[in-house]
Amino acid sequence: MHDDARTSYDVIVIGAGVVGSLIARELSRYELDVLLLDKASDVGEGTTKANTAIVHAGYDAIPGTLKAKLNVAGNAMFGDLCRDLDVEFDRCGTYVVAQSEADLAHLHELMERGFANGVTDLKIIDTDAMRLREPGIAPDTRGALFAPTGGIVDPFGLCIGAAENAVMNGVVLKLETTVTDLVLDHGRIGGVVTDRGIYRSHRVVIAAGLWADALMRHAGIDHFVVHPRKGEYFVLDRMAAAGVHHVLFPCPTTVSKGILVTRTIHGNVMLGPNATSADELHDLATTSAGLSEVMAGALKLVPSLDRRQVIHTFAGLRASGGSGDFLIEAPRQAPGLVALAGIDSPGLSASPAIAQHVIALLAEGGLVLRTRADFDPQRKAIPRFAHLSRDEQQALIAQDARYGRVICRCETVTEGEIVAACHSVIPARTYDALKRRTRVGSGRCQGGFDLPLVIEIMARELGVSPLALTKRGPESPWLRRPTKAVAS
Amino acid sequence: MKPIHCDVLVIGGGPAGLAAAVAAKEQGAASVLVIERNQTLGGILPQCIHNGFGVGFFGDDLTGPEYAQRWIDRAAQASVNVLLDTMVLEIGFDRHVLAASGQDGLLDLRPKALVLAMGCRERPRGALAIPGLRPAGVYTAGTAQRLVNIEGYMPGERFVILGSGDIGMIMARRLTLEGAQVAVMAEILPYISGLRRNLVQCVNDFNIPLELCTTVVDIQGSERVEAVVLSQVDAHWQPVPGSQRRVACDTLLLSVGLVPENELSRMAGVSLDPVTGGPLVNQALATSVPGIFAAGNVVHVYDLVDEVTRSALQAGRSAARYALRRNEPSPKVVCIRPGDHVHHVVPHYLDVGAMNDEPARIEFRVRQPFEHALRALVRCGDTVLVNERLRYARPSEMVTVELSPDKQRAIHDDLMVELVDPRGEKLDG
Repeated sequence: MHDDARTSYDVIVIGAGVVGSLIARELSRYELDVLLLDKASDVGEGTTKANTAIVHAGYDAIPGTLKAKLNVAGNAMFGDLCRDLDVEFDRCGTYVVAQSEADLAHLHELMERGFANGVTDLKIIDTDAMRLREPGIAPDTRGALFAPTGGIVDPFGLCIGAAENAVMNGVVLKLETTVTDLVLDHGRIGGVVTDRGIYRSHRVVIAAGLWADALMRHAGIDHFVVHPRKGEYFVLDRMAAAGVHHVLFPCPTTVSKGILVTRTIHGNVMLGPNATSADELHDLATTSAGLSEVMAGALKLVPSLDRRQVIHTFAGLRASGGSGDFLIEAPRQAPGLVALAGIDSPGLSASPAIAQHVIALLAEGGLVLRTRADFDPQRKAIPRFAHLSRDEQQALIAQDARYGRVICRCETVTEGEIVAACHSVIPARTYDALKRRTRVGSGRCQGGFDLPLVIEIMARELGVSPLALTKRGPESPWLRRPTKAVAS
Repeated sequence: MKPIHCDVLVIGGGPAGLAAAVAAKEQGAASVLVIERNQTLGGILPQCIHNGFGVGFFGDDLTGPEYAQRWIDRAAQASVNVLLDTMVLEIGFDRHVLAASGQDGLLDLRPKALVLAMGCRERPRGALAIPGLRPAGVYTAGTAQRLVNIEGYMPGERFVILGSGDIGMIMARRLTLEGAQVAVMAEILPYISGLRRNLVQCVNDFNIPLELCTTVVDIQGSERVEAVVLSQVDAHWQPVPGSQRRVACDTLLLSVGLVPENELSRMAGVSLDPVTGGPLVNQALATSVPGIFAAGNVVHVYDLVDEVTRSALQAGRSAARYALRRNEPSPKVVCIRPGDHVHHVVPHYLDVGAMNDEPARIEFRVRQPFEHALRALVRCGDTVLVNERLRYARPSEMVTVELSPDKQRAIHDDLMVELVDPRGEKLDG
């Protein structure tokens, strides 16, 4: 972004997922030179882009844990945060559905746990009330726990918004930069070694999700091991949303919050996740068995779901491990280091509070925090043509004719939005980065119609050959060569 | 936004839309406007650079672009108005259409009659929930065809094609001609889903291995496709254990079905057939909403563009008549239902009160292939109105029969389309 040549910073944050980006944004409130690094070609390419996107109320976490404290605190911050960062968020409330007597008893336990965690306004509603709210709910429903502070959010939007606001406020972001080692000066943190050179700092924050343990080992900390747990999902077409009005959880098990049926902030319906042990960090494959498990679980909650509405499936990895609680600490054996690990659910919900917690740890460790007078907490997203009123749309087109040219038919995304995304604070340089900023390719044809048009527009706006364009980075090019090329 | 009025508005400038527009003009509509989202007319035809178009309608063997140009020229000669690079956003109450273009901003269109000709889209990987990773290199065949034939780029070097639809077979040949390798074409059914002539001219002639009762059960490669795993399937489409094998490739092409694109139809309140996903129509191609007609792949997917043209000409005439109010009110409607071995029938209704001076086209597809002589019957109760001998019947080849005006006058009850053996008895199926 700017100050590209600088190699020495006050704080380096490794990992530009939603947690790392919010940490960087918090740091940008202060007079500090901050560097945010990520090995991928865009922010939020890890677990941030592959989760259920729920902002949990906080009744599920064990009282007294860091998860409980930060979930509840983080949840409360979402309204203001998403307003400031222009991120889509809906505090629509969430439901845990009981389908047996045992489930009902469990709902009461969850409610008690919620009260202990400081979650107010929880209440148990009966079958009739639940059926009124969700007519398609399974016939064996016995009642539900309603948590009005729960909600749904755009997780990629939050990550991009936080990272862009951080950059607007002076943070230097370097993508496609992989940290290969930590610099240690007589046991103290001295910086990071990357594949693009060494960056020095006395303070390093590891917010690297699935790669946390590998990085911590460079500082001699090996008590934490990431055990990735995979969750598989179905995404259903917008038209399925007529049959699902709310965020529906089954009763949770010891292993996970269960297979949800939920509407999403973008108007789709999402089913999932299950929870299985992943083989390794790149094991993001969906499986026949996993998808069957998710569909069966979803049909248990809403039997009328129509399989023919499925438009997409995906899998995400949770960076689980250790004690089951968040690990966020400044280890004594590596002064200057703040390590985050085990940020699985409710990581997204807790993320704004996690960021503040990390700042507090850094301050405790001696980092001087002088508030910047010119910090601007607000960031505007790219206009979303589909959400504007007809008058606003007309005005936008009059201002820039490219907003009148619809490129993604299924989601009504215009050329103007694509162009804006290619030139925004953190520009989209890959198709997936564009997709997360504009919804291109997220609809029922899954990019079938728009891909050739997007390739043409991105090549023009980024000033590169279409052959250089990728799905999500240098290893995923769309095109091999021109037609009629003579074999050499 | 100043409202734009016209007699007939056609949404879609592909073969269906163009034919409907020309027919509407020839039927006497004064102002006919075609709205097209692309920067050129022709729909999908400009990228179909192979031949085989127009044999039925023109008696000529044309390429896609040539067939399209015939209709583009006819539309120009008929003074059909065209708005290119314009996308319909909404169809509201009373046929108000809202569209957007860079040049004109938002447009408020008020036609007297509307023809839906939006065509269809391809079924993507996600709809099949094919397990595996999500690398670059998984394309639907039509998208790949556009990249190769219009943009001029090869999306891969070594292909596996899933699905033996026409687009998949055409692309198997195209890619081979461009110097790529097509390792195998896999089809989950025990028979091909496209036309025989494509099997012969695109797959067999190019020595591309075809494996029936086979599907893709895994996609490998985290950033770009590296391989797929094929598996044989049993009669219930379940993978046969032990029959999996890995095929190295860098691209998976999907030709696994076309879906009529009816989001706008839904918005307009048009009733849809749950089997086809397209509007319920009568023989005039009128939908359940008065003044809204539909033609082409948006109704049900055709295999020959010549048939699209014939059907769309009817829709255009009907739209013009409606706009000019030459229709008599029609008190009697009967249903046309699919009977034994028939997958679906278009039209879904016959309006027996009107237009008894024109033959009614009845188009249907069979549920499974029959490679022997049989008969297609259109029954009205016990009366057989149509009894047509077929040499064979295949799901990939739409069958068309006609109900003459005389036969229409004999209708007293709902109709049934069914297949029987040459002696008129039940078929084994």
